[in-house]
Amino acid sequence: MDIKKTSLYQLHQDSKAKFVEFAGYQMPIQYSEGIVEEHRFTRNHSGIFDVSHMGQLFIYGQEDLVDDLERIFPLDLKNLKLNHSKYSFLMSDTAGIYDDLIITKIKDGFLIILNAACKENDYKILKGLLTDRYKMILDEERSLIAIQGPKSVEILNSVIQGVENLNFMSGNWFTLDDHNIYITRSGYTGEDGFEVSLTNEFADRFTRRLIDKGAKLIGLGARDTLRLEAGLCLYGHELSKDKTPVEANLKWAISKERILKGNFIGSDIITKQLNNGVSKIRVGIKPEGRIIAREKTKIYNESNLEIGEITSGTFGPSVNGPVAMGYVENEFSKKNTKIFLEVRGKKHPATICELPFYKKSYVKGVN
Amino acid sequence: MSEVKYSKEHEWIKLEGDTATIGITKHATEMLGDIVFAELPEKGTSVEKDGTAGVVESTKAASDVYTPVSGEVVDLNQSIVDDPSKINQDPENSAWFFKLKIKDKSEMDTLMNKDEYDIFAKESSS
Repeated sequence: MDIKKTSLYQLHQDSKAKFVEFAGYQMPIQYSEGIVEEHRFTRNHSGIFDVSHMGQLFIYGQEDLVDDLERIFPLDLKNLKLNHSKYSFLMSDTAGIYDDLIITKIKDGFLIILNAACKENDYKILKGLLTDRYKMILDEERSLIAIQGPKSVEILNSVIQGVENLNFMSGNWFTLDDHNIYITRSGYTGEDGFEVSLTNEFADRFTRRLIDKGAKLIGLGARDTLRLEAGLCLYGHELSKDKTPVEANLKWAISKERILKGNFIGSDIITKQLNNGVSKIRVGIKPEGRIIAREKTKIYNESNLEIGEITSGTFGPSVNGPVAMGYVENEFSKKNTKIFLEVRGKKHPATICELPFYKKSYVKGVN
Repeated sequence: MSEVKYSKEHEWIKLEGDTATIGITKHATEMLGDIVFAELPEKGTSVEKDGTAGVVESTKAASDVYTPVSGEVVDLNQSIVDDPSKINQDPENSAWFFKLKIKDKSEMDTLMNKDEYDIFAKESSS
């Protein structure tokens, strides 16, 4: 299969990107300034991320669709207001996570943002569940650009007036040069920011305007260090078919009302795990010193018994030290528990810690 | 007279008398990206030609550092352990890794000179 390119490919090349293949797409891992500088620029200023490889699934329908989607997602969609977004999961019957996603109520239906590596499979699953009752479009004609960091609101608002009035996890349609653009205030960095869905043909021109206003392109490398410092999960690492949302410590994303009623895919297991607890759970891990514990690093307790595994680990530029997440046996998941990480044959001390490593500065209410 | 040679694993080695100073090349740092962790061999240990003698990690991945010649570790550059970003800033000078008292000077002959290394680096990155 041919490797796919996003509408910003030329811009990435012009910006001296180093490319990597990711989920079948040629994506920028970093630009000339490097991951650490790109990370810091996003935290202090405004970074632009090409996330056009992610799936944008539009599903159109009315009340029936809300009922049908509530049988799939553990969300109170009946009470989700127009242009408001929720974080959720597509799960198997045993509550294993097929994908994590953001679902937004739009006029005439819903927009669901899916992970690039999962989107085709998600579409198949959802099509199988919803059959042909609703119009479903996995839209390849639209690009997705994230702009993240403290200066993003000012920069984006100077290009599209009114975005400054959006609240966190809400969105709206905007028009620029006759192009319909859907913008939500959301992101994946722990910073205030926006995700912008726009037509492929307009993506390059639009992004160059943001760059003219002082924002900079940021690669997938810094996207990973930013999200890890923010304690956010990455599918294929923290999340997989073998993990449930309760094990992933994401029970906050499951609607309490829906738990009481059940009747969504995976609800039996979710209810059971919420009542009885889980054997392993996702935690934040802070290694002592500078040692970096990468994915698959084994975790031991003070009695030298293996109690878990790292799912993501790197150096956090804003924390100025190593950071990691992983799964440990529940009894060792308490904050400040002393653990050991086996790196290159040696055991290094570390501590279970609260997430995020880096405090968020999301805008909660501007109105 | 000092002599600088280069290995296929992208280390440089500068020989003065029987003391060799070893570090990683500028090309290596460009391939690695931002270096955020460095581990050095212990002082007094013996290392064998082409054996591992340290680790560097970038935000992306970990890589072993090899010694291009055999010898005994006589000095370490603690400043790159304390601040690994120095390796990106000045890899072929102040950000050296360790010094060896070398065993066999003829091992130097198996290594590349500057011109040979530049061609090798260019080819290995394309």
